[in-house]
Amino acid sequence: MIRLENVSKTLNPRFTLAPLSLDFENATTTVLIGPSGCGKSTVLRLLAGLVAPDSGSVKFGEEVLQPRNAHELRLRMGYVIQEGGLFPHLSVEANVALAARYLDRSEDEIRKRLDQLCDLVDLPYSLLARYPRELSGGQRQRVALMRALMLDPWLLLLDEPLGALDPVTRRGLQKDLKEIFARLGKTVIMVTHDMGEAAHFAGELVLMRDGKVVQRGTLDDLLKRPEHPYVTEFISAQRAPLDCPGSVA
Amino acid sequence: MKALLAALALGLCGSAFAAQTLTVGSKRFTESYILGEIVTLTAKGAGEAAATHRPGLGNTGIVYSALKNGEIDVYPEYTGTIEREILKSNQPLDLEGLNRALLPLGLAAGVPLGFNNTYALAMGEERAQALGIRAVSDLVKHPDLVFGLSQEFIGRADGWPGLKKAYALPHATPHGLDHGLAYEAIAASQVDVIDAYTTDAKIGRYKLRVLTDDRKFFPVYDAVLLFRADLPQRLPRTWSALSSLHGALDERRMIALNAEAELNGKSFSEVANGFLGARQTNARGDGFLARLFAPDFGRLLFEHVMLVAVSLFVAIAIGIPLGILAYRVPAARQGILAVVGVIQTVPSLALFAFLIPLFGKIGTIPALTALFLYALLPIVRNTYSGLTDIAPGLRESAIALGLPAGYRLRVIELPLASRAILAGVKTSAVINVGTATIAAFIGAGGFGERIAQGLALNDNAALLAGAVPAAALALLVHGGFELLDRWLLPAGLRTPD
Repeated sequence: MIRLENVSKTLNPRFTLAPLSLDFENATTTVLIGPSGCGKSTVLRLLAGLVAPDSGSVKFGEEVLQPRNAHELRLRMGYVIQEGGLFPHLSVEANVALAARYLDRSEDEIRKRLDQLCDLVDLPYSLLARYPRELSGGQRQRVALMRALMLDPWLLLLDEPLGALDPVTRRGLQKDLKEIFARLGKTVIMVTHDMGEAAHFAGELVLMRDGKVVQRGTLDDLLKRPEHPYVTEFISAQRAPLDCPGSVA
Repeated sequence: MKALLAALALGLCGSAFAAQTLTVGSKRFTESYILGEIVTLTAKGAGEAAATHRPGLGNTGIVYSALKNGEIDVYPEYTGTIEREILKSNQPLDLEGLNRALLPLGLAAGVPLGFNNTYALAMGEERAQALGIRAVSDLVKHPDLVFGLSQEFIGRADGWPGLKKAYALPHATPHGLDHGLAYEAIAASQVDVIDAYTTDAKIGRYKLRVLTDDRKFFPVYDAVLLFRADLPQRLPRTWSALSSLHGALDERRMIALNAEAELNGKSFSEVANGFLGARQTNARGDGFLARLFAPDFGRLLFEHVMLVAVSLFVAIAIGIPLGILAYRVPAARQGILAVVGVIQTVPSLALFAFLIPLFGKIGTIPALTALFLYALLPIVRNTYSGLTDIAPGLRESAIALGLPAGYRLRVIELPLASRAILAGVKTSAVINVGTATIAAFIGAGGFGERIAQGLALNDNAALLAGAVPAAALALLVHGGFELLDRWLLPAGLRTPD
């Protein structure tokens, strides 16, 4: 169980995350959704310890995230950002194995894990020797996912992981990712602004606006039992015919 | 073993005695170069000590502190300068009076060479005639005349400030002009009045009228040797050889020697040799290529490269950590960037001159220090901005991977900033190749030696023989770093061909 308890954070005079409490059950996929600047990425960054809360606390089980233990907790979570965040000066292989090498894992073990991960995300082995700039956008995001999964973390934090991809690549990767999440059974918290993508992945959606949670529930809850007029407004604004969840499969 | 050590020690002592040395200095103008060369050759002739000449050590302040610190043993100086600039005396002193005042400093003056090279003001003959100006006091009636005075003349008490007061001259203090360029300026009618020395070779050539010092403002500037007081005891044979120069030169003779160097293109050592009756030929007077690849080319190249390489290496070793510190410690940031920025604005010759008393030395050490200080800014600045400019997404990805700060810096951040850091090092290297030419003015050698001589002689070929290889070296350094870029930059950061 991951829990935000009364967490608030003021990033700039125009944006404050209101005191916010959120739980995430183990082995579920939750999608944080909302317009730009609603605070969804900030929640993710709070969870990764990239920003510290002004008040309240972030708990992993019983453990409270603090600067003291942040570095260790991070080794047990994977974090992927929109552009992948791959280091351009390192080969694909070196990017993926970075944290494992820091922990002095044996090259044998690293090699085996790389093989597994290539299979898992469907990346040709031959690409391991390349540099990130020599890959396509979709391949880069697959590599970023490999890097996040290298140490077999129990939590995956994904910040718009498919946001920079063209629609075709995006559809393909959405499908693959959903299968991967299902197979791994990890806790996944994903941020997106795309309703179709959110519906595709999530058991549960958290719709946010202006630093507050508007409604939390399944797609069905949001569609049929909106708790606020904004819920319907947000959903209908996004429901272009081709973007419906049904057209994905 | 002990015996061996003792023998070694004795051998070292023995060679130390054998290697008695005498170092002669000179200032950065033709006459001083020539006199320094004459003194050096005379001392060599005595066969007692290895005499070397460190020519063109800048102005009085630099060469005097070199003498006081024992970097040089003797240099040609003028009594008026000793009296006013060095002793800061208000009353005229004869040689005996000068020596009484010099004694506590461990210095002495002697061997009057036989001529008085005092300051004078000079005007173009035609213009002076047209305006009816014969003496300095006539200038009062012409407040619109443009003065082109040397920096030193403007600055010294017995120069412009005193002269302006003594004659109540209405003219504003002019901007300084290099003495070597003043004659060209007056020939081109850009200035009307310049300062000159009474033994100046160019007075005749440029058809100048020396204005009479009708109020006897300028003191007597008898040429003498200024030396460390222990010199006559330390090197008696050398000293007696030097004493033979007493009265050896009168004004006419000195003007002729100056003209041989400045107008007939002879080298200083040729002129000195000619005066001392010896025969020695030299590359001077040959074509540009011969001057470019004169025998001193290898030494100058080595000195120049050494100055740049050593100062750059130290600047890298200190500048990169400083840049990292500015990036990591916000409290130190403004301080570090401001200090390295301010250092960059100090004019190079001023910095060189400032460092000499600080180190009590002339030459390589203060030159390296100044070059090191100049090399800091581009390296610190680029390291700092290279690290700061890393995309936030990459910085945070590294943190989110769970890597600690030191590891991130080494494996992620510094490699990502490497292009910027290398660009900073390249800038510093190229700037230093240029700045190192100024190091010659404080005796650190390098191609600047030729430039300094060329300036003093108004000799463009000599100037080019120094400036061209320095510029070529800068291009070479630039090209070398381009190649180094390819080799040092991480493969993933290189621009694809």
